[in-house]
Amino acid sequence: MNRAVWVFAGLLALLLPLSLLAGRVWIDPFDVAGSGPNAAIILMELRLPRAILAVVIGAGLGAAGAAMQGYLRNPLADPGLFGIAPMAALGAVASFWFGAALPVPPQWSLPLMALAGAMLGMVALALIAGRGVSDGAGSVGSGLALFTLAGLMIASLAGALTALAITLAPNAFALSQIVLWLNGALTDRSWHEVWLAAPLVALGLGVLAAAGRSLDALTLGEEAARSLGVDPKRLLALLVAGVGLTVGASVAVAGIIGFVGLIVPHLVRPLTDRMPSSLMLPSALAGACLVLAADSIVRILPLVTELRLGIALSLIGAPFFLWLLLRLRRGQV
Amino acid sequence: MLTAENLALVRGHRPVLTDVSARLEPGTITAIVGPNGAGKSSLLLALAGLLPAQSGAVTLDGRALANLGLSERARQIGYLPQTPDIAWDVAAEKLIALGRLPHGDDGHAAVAAAITALALEPLRARPVSQLSGGERARVLLARVLAGEPAWILADEPLAALDLAHQLNLIAHFKACARGGQGVVLVLHDLALAMNHASRVLVLHEGALVADGPPDIALAPAVIEKVWGVAIQWLGEPGRKALSPV
Repeated sequence: MNRAVWVFAGLLALLLPLSLLAGRVWIDPFDVAGSGPNAAIILMELRLPRAILAVVIGAGLGAAGAAMQGYLRNPLADPGLFGIAPMAALGAVASFWFGAALPVPPQWSLPLMALAGAMLGMVALALIAGRGVSDGAGSVGSGLALFTLAGLMIASLAGALTALAITLAPNAFALSQIVLWLNGALTDRSWHEVWLAAPLVALGLGVLAAAGRSLDALTLGEEAARSLGVDPKRLLALLVAGVGLTVGASVAVAGIIGFVGLIVPHLVRPLTDRMPSSLMLPSALAGACLVLAADSIVRILPLVTELRLGIALSLIGAPFFLWLLLRLRRGQV
Repeated sequence: MLTAENLALVRGHRPVLTDVSARLEPGTITAIVGPNGAGKSSLLLALAGLLPAQSGAVTLDGRALANLGLSERARQIGYLPQTPDIAWDVAAEKLIALGRLPHGDDGHAAVAAAITALALEPLRARPVSQLSGGERARVLLARVLAGEPAWILADEPLAALDLAHQLNLIAHFKACARGGQGVVLVLHDLALAMNHASRVLVLHEGALVADGPPDIALAPAVIEKVWGVAIQWLGEPGRKALSPV
């Protein structure tokens, strides 16, 4: 247990109640009933599920980022880049076309198809990258290159199909629905989404935690890790399953929320001993803080339409990424 | 006893080793030498159980390495790759503690013993980015020692080091051998092999062409045949130097 865990757990404990009280209607913590006729309903049916969802998604994305960076031994890896999130998005977009044909209640067709997309992306990534996993007979480092390229190609294919779906949108309303959805948000989410995402993210976090020490061993390089008893195929399976569950569940209920998985492990790393395993829990907590804080802020901003959470985070994320690149060039990370 | 029996290896569809047999003794230093591309690193990887045999087998005390569990093999055989790049700027002590991974414990005593053995006490909290080449080599060796393996297999552990650090690290390998561990080193410097190994395997184009005590395996005739350079050995045993004729 390191200090980063306490720092971000404390921050989360502070942010969570604040987020529940903040919004278009401010709720007085000492007089909920007096804050307005619907204060209790707003609190229990709108704010609480939304806050919990923000925590769940942020935790999943943060931990997935820490794990992905550990696996690729690269601080610039973002779990959203490697095919799973774009495939989930493709599944969600496909539901605008085919969702009505599914034998499920209409509100479930989008998340379920997004999960199916994520699953498809996971399986494809694991199968392709699995062929490059070193048993020593291939050339050194080819496994990581294959993983990265396979992930990017799956992402690119999913992106192209999503773009195709957008251009073929039957009417302007469908088009705006798709585009809006692609920029992730937690607006109007309910307990349904919490019950769908939370167990999957929790399972994903458990799977990633099981990969922790193997990721630590990778610090020494692929061959040294194998000499320490790490099974590369098992590690790949754990990583893809863990990232797939956390990221896939997030996209399924909230759309694309970028940069959390990239930024959070960076912010947290200097507060830890820098081993991937000790980065995961604090990254989960810090990711929860970031998404919760960002979602509370977009809710409070006095705009005509609420700023989409995915857009807000990318607005912060892109400049940060550039700053990070420049810092890396100076060898400070 | 670490044994290669009629070992043949293939990397990326290219045969790199053909029909190599050798029985390695614990408690000694064995050097593997040969020109670039002779298959030294591949042989070492196979001896560590990290490169599957195309044919033949590597056995440890009579058991095929391929049949050992990954953790069991990792507890028996420590492998030190050539100049690994360390992905994260962790403290030396954390890196050394990774050696305990196959044991699944913290192994404080073993980690502390490895730190003491390599005189790393003052450096234990230092990030690896702030270590010199020699310090880094010692930290990486300490990582292997922390796992308390019966065998230590190192790929050119001395290549990037200056003379003083080479001798310093060689002394550590000798101490390991005296303590009963089997030490197998891929070496580039023939004089280091001549002076410090008790046995030398000479590889040439994937075949084992000489195997024996250094003054026999590294006789001028062998070196001329394998490296194509006529040489002579000068100086006392244990302090010999190689000179072209």
